[in-house]
Amino acid sequence: MERTIYREIMATRPVWGLAVTLGAFIAAAMASFFYVEHYGHIVTGMNNQVVWGLPHVFAIFLIVAASGALNVASIVSVFDQTVYKPMARFSALLAMSLLIGGLAVLVLDLGRPDRIIVAMTKYNFSSIFAWNIFFYTGFLAIVAAYLFVQMSPGFPYSRVRVAGTLAFVWRLALTTGTGSIFGWLVARPGYDSAIMAPMFIAMSFAFGTAVFILVLSALFRLAGRPFGDQMMLRLGRKLAIFVAAVMYFEGVRHLTNLYAAEHVGFETFILTGGGTLTTLFWLGQVVIGGVIPLMVLFHPSFGKTAKAPLVASVLVIAGGFAQLYVIVIGGQAYPMEMFPGYEVTSGFFDGEIASYRPRWPEVLLGLGGVAIALFITGLGAKILRILPTNLSDANVGLNR
Amino acid sequence: MTDMNPDTSQKGADISRRDFLRSGAAVATTTLAPGVTLIAFGGSAAEAKADAGKRWGLLIDANKCASDCSACVSACSTENGWKGNGNAETDVQWIRKITLNNTETGREVTMPMMCQHCEDPPCVDVCPTGASFKREDGIVLVDKHTCIGCRYCMMACPFKARSFVHEPVNNQKSHAPRGQGTVESCTLCVHRVDKGGVPACVEACEATGHGAIIFGDLKDPQSDIAKRLVEYQSVALRPDLDLNPGVRYSGL
Repeated sequence: MERTIYREIMATRPVWGLAVTLGAFIAAAMASFFYVEHYGHIVTGMNNQVVWGLPHVFAIFLIVAASGALNVASIVSVFDQTVYKPMARFSALLAMSLLIGGLAVLVLDLGRPDRIIVAMTKYNFSSIFAWNIFFYTGFLAIVAAYLFVQMSPGFPYSRVRVAGTLAFVWRLALTTGTGSIFGWLVARPGYDSAIMAPMFIAMSFAFGTAVFILVLSALFRLAGRPFGDQMMLRLGRKLAIFVAAVMYFEGVRHLTNLYAAEHVGFETFILTGGGTLTTLFWLGQVVIGGVIPLMVLFHPSFGKTAKAPLVASVLVIAGGFAQLYVIVIGGQAYPMEMFPGYEVTSGFFDGEIASYRPRWPEVLLGLGGVAIALFITGLGAKILRILPTNLSDANVGLNR
Repeated sequence: MTDMNPDTSQKGADISRRDFLRSGAAVATTTLAPGVTLIAFGGSAAEAKADAGKRWGLLIDANKCASDCSACVSACSTENGWKGNGNAETDVQWIRKITLNNTETGREVTMPMMCQHCEDPPCVDVCPTGASFKREDGIVLVDKHTCIGCRYCMMACPFKARSFVHEPVNNQKSHAPRGQGTVESCTLCVHRVDKGGVPACVEACEATGHGAIIFGDLKDPQSDIAKRLVEYQSVALRPDLDLNPGVRYSGL
């Protein structure tokens, strides 16, 4: 095996073009932020029934994908699969970038984002949100240290492994925390389930790997560096396992809910009567995000080409957004069961399915978060020796 | 936050020098407008008047609540300075009238719903900054200085009792400060209670002659509310969650 050489990507015209495009999205997100800040959340589609909307779907997707993007580095440092080692640095960089993008959306959507200092100084430790602030900042610090030791010449590998293991354990805790934001909401029939935490971990593996595959191959294409088919197919097989795991957890979650009479109403809503949400569940999450990616990855001929993992990754990301939309919006849209046995009506939408239609400020803010994540990733690859010059199968010892 | 309002700072408000110094804003409050409380139920000021020996609560008799009456809602709105802007989905609702129709028997009752002032409030549990808090006397409030507008409390509240302020607010009441981008809910008219009064909804309901809402100290066996709770059947909403709300309903 040839030694891996890491080099910054060159500032070519396409790289500049991409930077400017991402910058435009970030500027649009900031404009949207100031617009909402000035006029209030009235200019968004969110309301007093659906209090978390599209920004939260984007934020949670990015945060969940962040911990999953670290997967490749973990496979190297924790599970000793050294074939992935040339991509471990990038894995850490992407993980941090995605988390920053997600947190930016979350913070910029706050009713009082100017009080972020309050959130950083006053903690209520019975809140999983407060814990998550530590999980998120801790993740950034630990992964930064992990990246640093990976990049430090002559640093003992045993220590790199310690940092990698710590980062791995931390990312599991982090995603447990993110899933528990919903899992611990006892009041709402759509949440209130311990399975949320492990399901979010499975989701993080799937979404993170999909984003990793797409961003890495895009950067390699931009930089004109070779990327081996076998390597791509290996990543694709991992993606397949993670996609299957997400479908498994979702299956168990819905079946368990269907078994309990008190949750049948909610399940009926999501599975059959929820209109757009039902379509997003079956078509978006299950078919586009689950069934088709697996068919693509295991297809006897197309599945053996390097295009398959790329196509599957796009589908998994689309399905992931659909899944989170159904979880976040669906869980709020379905009314809380305050009076079993009664039909409830009021001037405040009690007993009714709540409506939610995202508006432009939310879309722009969410896309801005994605742009922030990609911009930081690109910037990191531009100024640091993150990306290997050659990931061809011959170079990484996969040419068999 | 320390309340230095001369009207209200005496009762049980054992304000130490440290408390006072800790809050520069409190000094500004006094200088700015003596007699006007600009604090928004800030932690220690609101806590200072809370008596741990009491547990304030409401008993709502749905049989006495008239379906065509919303005096409690209007009174709350007037007292606390919140009002609708013509968009039901985003307008705030500190208190609302709900109609229950028993799907088996067809019996219909109406009653007001508001913050249930739980003993174990989920909103307080989930609030990352501690802005949602419960006073010693059981009143659940939002500290408007530390609410960051994350709305997690609204996700957690089983009673849909909280509202997010979606639009700029004006003409606020000095005793009930509000703010765009923060969450709010029924305060049990804490400003009245701390002066020995009763919540505006209770007063208004009484004035209509319905007398469907009784306010009092649940811990005082001699209080009207405690006696009635002993005498008549009543329920807590969402008993499955075991939150022990301070608001009880009878006649359901």
